[in-house]
Amino acid sequence: MAQAADLAAPAPLARARAIAAADWLPHAILWVGIAIVAFPIYLTLVASTLTPQEIAQAPMPLLPGGEAWHNYRTALLEGATMRLSPPVLVMMANSLVMALGITFGKIAVSILSAYAVVFFRFPLRMVFFWMIFITLMLPVEVRIVPTYAVVSGLGMINTYSGLVVPLIASATATLLFRQFFLTIPDEYVEAAKIDGASPMRFFWDVVLPLSRTNIAALFVILFIYGWNQYLWPLLMATDKNLDTIVIGIKKMIGTGDALTEWHLVMATTVLAMLPPALVVVLMQRWFVKGLIETEK
Amino acid sequence: MQRRVVFPNRVLPYVLLAPQLAVTVVFFLWPAGQAMFMSLLQQDPFGLRVTFVGLANFRAVLADPDYVAAFWRTVYFSLAVTALAMVPALVLAVMADRVLRAAAFYKTALIVPYAIAPAVAGVLWLFMFNPAIGSLAWVLKQLGVAWNPVLDGTHAMLLVILAAAWKQVAYNFVFFLAGLQAIPRTLLEAAAIDGAGEMRKFWTIVFPLLSPTTFFLLVVNVVYAFFDTFGVIHAVTGGGPAKATEILVYKVYYDGVHALNLGSSSAQSVILMAIVIALTMIQFRYIERRVHY
Repeated sequence: MAQAADLAAPAPLARARAIAAADWLPHAILWVGIAIVAFPIYLTLVASTLTPQEIAQAPMPLLPGGEAWHNYRTALLEGATMRLSPPVLVMMANSLVMALGITFGKIAVSILSAYAVVFFRFPLRMVFFWMIFITLMLPVEVRIVPTYAVVSGLGMINTYSGLVVPLIASATATLLFRQFFLTIPDEYVEAAKIDGASPMRFFWDVVLPLSRTNIAALFVILFIYGWNQYLWPLLMATDKNLDTIVIGIKKMIGTGDALTEWHLVMATTVLAMLPPALVVVLMQRWFVKGLIETEK
Repeated sequence: MQRRVVFPNRVLPYVLLAPQLAVTVVFFLWPAGQAMFMSLLQQDPFGLRVTFVGLANFRAVLADPDYVAAFWRTVYFSLAVTALAMVPALVLAVMADRVLRAAAFYKTALIVPYAIAPAVAGVLWLFMFNPAIGSLAWVLKQLGVAWNPVLDGTHAMLLVILAAAWKQVAYNFVFFLAGLQAIPRTLLEAAAIDGAGEMRKFWTIVFPLLSPTTFFLLVVNVVYAFFDTFGVIHAVTGGGPAKATEILVYKVYYDGVHALNLGSSSAQSVILMAIVIALTMIQFRYIERRVHY
């Protein structure tokens, strides 16, 4: 009996130790990863609460200072005056208009076209589908000058519609809706036809409610996409009152010389990260779904 | 794939498609066609006359040492960003897949940087590594490194690579984690019963089963590094110093918008288009294959 216990004892102990080690190591590695991911953000948060003098003395303090209220107030209401930037509140409003315009525009335009492609049979259907698909291969970056010419020809430079409308065609959203619509049972369509429901009625009463989670998932992805646009507003909005917050930060830094009011830049940077970060955290479930589904 | 039962309308589908098609034709297809057309033309220095020059713009671009240098720089930059964004993401995803306690917290914390704009990510790193006031620049100075990304091209390149990769880790993490969670637990348990250690399980079971995800991410990350990092470069270095961080997208922007060299910029656009098309086709070929696994 005693002998048996002796023989059995080391095994569970070793296993327990192995499990403890296996449990401890992943946590440690994850913490290192989070530290690396979070450090630049933490430093920015701290810098946004310091005076310009505190930031300028290298190394700057690593704990928050007492200037948060003053820095955020100045940035939001006045902007970086040395660079003649508009108040950050204006920039945030511009970003919000652009992000929401792109998000809802893309969802509306692509859900309608996916509905047409899936629930109807008509001449040139596949031609249109491929025309939409091709836009995947034509990002703004490969057609900068001619797109600018078109937008300028339409008188849309320095307008909100110029910032939004050219970006609302979306192959990924159309493909996502198409994929989902193909899974809606034929019986639903048959029942609707028997009841004499028009196609638009079927769209509003059946398809749209069924698409709720897909719309939520797309909302997260597209809001971030819209809020974070860079090249497009850089080209389309030369009027500084139309600066989005991401463009505004770049202008506040200029060449990074002594004129840069880093305490305001850092407060603005926090404000630029906050809305999309909140959307990701609060809608995390849909975000992960959206990210993975749109890439299929 | 097609539905069996459809609505019989003749006009409605065209009406529904109209908004998407209008935007697509006006802002995508027409400008892309223009870029192709302009790549065959040349403007005189005063912008008064255009002449058809065939492929001369392409020959000029491909023979331009600046362009060739920018091309190889882009390849180098993309590989570095892809590797730095994927390897840590895989390690973290494997760890996050293993823990039970606080798993939700770890996931949320690691996903958040996805929300940050590339340009803003660039600004965060620019601030940390600003030679005069940056905290990490100060650490480097204490270590005796003459750190100055404003003057030193290698330092500037390192800075934009780190900023671009840092932001992308979150994206890769989400996909690796989803891929890991799709691996059947029974396979791993069977291996454990057969006495396979953690490393062996990873290399013989997890990594091969993850290969479709890895390959997909490889393409996506290269596309990201080629195109979406424009904001990082523009905000952090402006392509400098002395073009040390000028990648292809930045060059096409600079030559078209600032240098106003339309023929050359259009030819560069068309070359970039070919690169995107090639990468997209690779991506879609892979998706067909994923069905089998």
